[in-house]
Amino acid sequence: MSASVHIHGVEFAYPDGKKALNGVDLEIGPGERVAVLGPNGAGKTTLALHLNGILEPSGGSITVGGLPVVETNYAEIRRMVGLVFQDPNDQLFMPSVREDVGFGPANLGISGEELAKRVDTALDIVGGGEFADRPPHHLSGGEKRRAALATVLSMTPDVLVFDEPSSGLDPAGRRDLIETLAGLPMTQLIITHDLPLALELCDRSVIMNQGRVVADDATRGLLRNDDLLAANSLELPYGFDHV
Amino acid sequence: MGAGHTHALYVHEHSAVHRMAPPAKLVAALGMVVSIAVTPREAVWAFGIYAFAIGVIAVFSRIRLRFIAVRLLAVAPFVLFALFIPFIATGETIEVIGIDVSVAGLWGAWNVLIKAVLGASVSILLTATTEIADIIRGLGVLRVPAIFISIATFMIRYLELVSDELSRMRIAMTARGYDPKWISQTRPIASSAGALFVRSYERGERIHSAMVSRGFTGEMPALQHRIIAPSEWMAVLVVIVGFAGTASTALVLT
Amino acid sequence: MVLGMHAPDGFLNAGTAMVTGIISLVVIGSALRQSRLQLKDRAIPLAGITAAFVFAAQMFNFPVAAGTTGHLLGGALAAILLGPSLGAIVVTIVVVVQAFVFADGGLTALGLNVLNMAIIPAYGGYAVFRILRRLSPRSSGGVVGSTGIAAWATVVMAAFAFSIEWLFGATAPVSFDTVFAAMVGVHTMIGLGEGVITALAVGAVLVSRSDLVYGAADLERAQLVESKVGTRPFVIGGVLVALVFATVVSQFAVDNPDGLERVAEDTGFIESAEDHSLADFIFADYATAGISNEALSLAIAGIMGTVVTLLVAAGLFMGMRETRGRDPATV
Repeated sequence: MSASVHIHGVEFAYPDGKKALNGVDLEIGPGERVAVLGPNGAGKTTLALHLNGILEPSGGSITVGGLPVVETNYAEIRRMVGLVFQDPNDQLFMPSVREDVGFGPANLGISGEELAKRVDTALDIVGGGEFADRPPHHLSGGEKRRAALATVLSMTPDVLVFDEPSSGLDPAGRRDLIETLAGLPMTQLIITHDLPLALELCDRSVIMNQGRVVADDATRGLLRNDDLLAANSLELPYGFDHV
Repeated sequence: MGAGHTHALYVHEHSAVHRMAPPAKLVAALGMVVSIAVTPREAVWAFGIYAFAIGVIAVFSRIRLRFIAVRLLAVAPFVLFALFIPFIATGETIEVIGIDVSVAGLWGAWNVLIKAVLGASVSILLTATTEIADIIRGLGVLRVPAIFISIATFMIRYLELVSDELSRMRIAMTARGYDPKWISQTRPIASSAGALFVRSYERGERIHSAMVSRGFTGEMPALQHRIIAPSEWMAVLVVIVGFAGTASTALVLT
Repeated sequence: MVLGMHAPDGFLNAGTAMVTGIISLVVIGSALRQSRLQLKDRAIPLAGITAAFVFAAQMFNFPVAAGTTGHLLGGALAAILLGPSLGAIVVTIVVVVQAFVFADGGLTALGLNVLNMAIIPAYGGYAVFRILRRLSPRSSGGVVGSTGIAAWATVVMAAFAFSIEWLFGATAPVSFDTVFAAMVGVHTMIGLGEGVITALAVGAVLVSRSDLVYGAADLERAQLVESKVGTRPFVIGGVLVALVFATVVSQFAVDNPDGLERVAEDTGFIESAEDHSLADFIFADYATAGISNEALSLAIAGIMGTVVTLLVAAGLFMGMRETRGRDPATV
């Protein structure tokens, strides 16, 4: 199942007054995979936290699958939107991975056999059977990332948002991640500095800078535009000449 | 205070005691230490029974006595204090190798020593046969408030992470030649403690966001508990009756 | 640090273990309620991770002098950074987990250990901190200075408390005098380490995220001036204060035994020098036998006990009032 995401004129300022989002407009269709690129401090993570109501915009609006992201809908929105955080340690807080994966559905009121089934399905998708019963601090970096993904998959979301999913992964782990993501049917928003990953997984990319979307096009087209990349402090990997 | 706190005392074995349900083990342990603590010190025979019983349980747990003895070093400071008592105590004295020591002091030292050692042995056996998460969950089954259990669970989960961050900071400082000997040189250490607090707190806020993202509204989801077999409760009962009976007899006879 | 050590089983008599257990249960129960009100749904992750921080901080080795090292109690640090209720909870959880999971401290001594290592330092320390804040400049320097002295005071208070607990529950014939003199004397100096480290740590947090210091929530941006509080003057100042304190207490006791005794009688604490029936009933024989001047010692115990109890009560009251009234800045 997948859902569309509509972001209209979203503005956000932190309590100390710093403006993080200056009117973001973005439309994503169901099942689309879109990469979000841009320098640090562009507001990418801030935008991600708006998609499930962790942060509330001071201006503009967001709709997911037709449902406005407002307080009355938070419970359902948080089932629909699965956020995979930058540091998997922040997301793995239960004594075992299995309990972590079960945390989300349990909060939705699911229990017993249904809960166990959800957990097993999510673990299967990420190949987590081998570490499911271990405490999270005994997992390797790659295993933690897979476990973190499982914790949101168990809620059967319609939209997945990833914040730097490949950072810190070795080549094998990265390959596993790309294959897993490629096989998931949900709408995906992938914040990343890993330009080759963006090219491989996402037909479309947007570039964010200073709190707004400054470019929105086919990934290939964006990455060929040297001036655009330079203007937004982006750079292709060395030797990556042919896009 | 020892630096060995994060070294989990759990010993991976497959024994009857290991398999026993944690809440049952907790109840048994509490029964044992209470009995030990209330037993009058003059009833030396009672302590002999306790020591024997603990030894038997250790055998059933496949825990070597040497393991327990090493862990008992943690009570060493109080042992030292106990050894001092006969020399600083008041009351009538007797002569022991030419030195006057207080009789009541000797009894007092014995009291502190035997109870500290036996009590600690029970604790060590408990932690050697039960994993950390299970002990905490077991306390929850015994009606310790859920919020307490949740906080303790989180603490255990993030303890290694926070300790590692602290170690890394210290290593980084040492690598730059920092080797303080006096309290007036401790500014960097204290600052790193402050920095660690800020980092930990900020991580706590991120964890909260992750929890809310998965539908958390303030109550942790209820966990399913393993049913405790009647045979396990029987074992607990036997132990408690044995210990409490010994204690009561000792109290009455003294 | 002597008081950093958790008391084992049977160290004090059963009555004392029970009473301290009940006191701890009641106080921590109240603290849990306050923390819930203060943090709402963020209570669990924040308390959990700050408990991990306190646990890790207690394992901290810091040098005191010429190779000797010390460890932090952490009660004052927790209370000033998180507020007295949350601070008490966090240190309590550390102590409880250490007993059940790391076999550190007797299970029957849990009430005692929680009272001495969590409740008294967190609440008593917070009360001292607030009193000092009222007397010090409204600035970062004022917060840091008050923190240092309050943290030192928690170690001394815990030593007092331990001596008084010994008075009630001694299991060996060592008189209250001896224990008091040794404990308080030693810990007056040991507390300096706690004071210095706690002050510097809070100072570091103030610089990077002043909104995370509960005890400084009343300061506005302008008052959070970055002040370089040097360590050396603080240590020298601290040593002087401690020496003065120790001297004054002992001088007063030695020079005016009659004066103190008269005060004790006037306030009705001791009916008369001869009538000790009540004292005999509640105090452990072991602790009262062998005291050189019984009335004087009991007067000291009474006054010190009253002071510590009042400070802890003040801390409890402040904690409750602040949770109800204030707008929690961050927490």
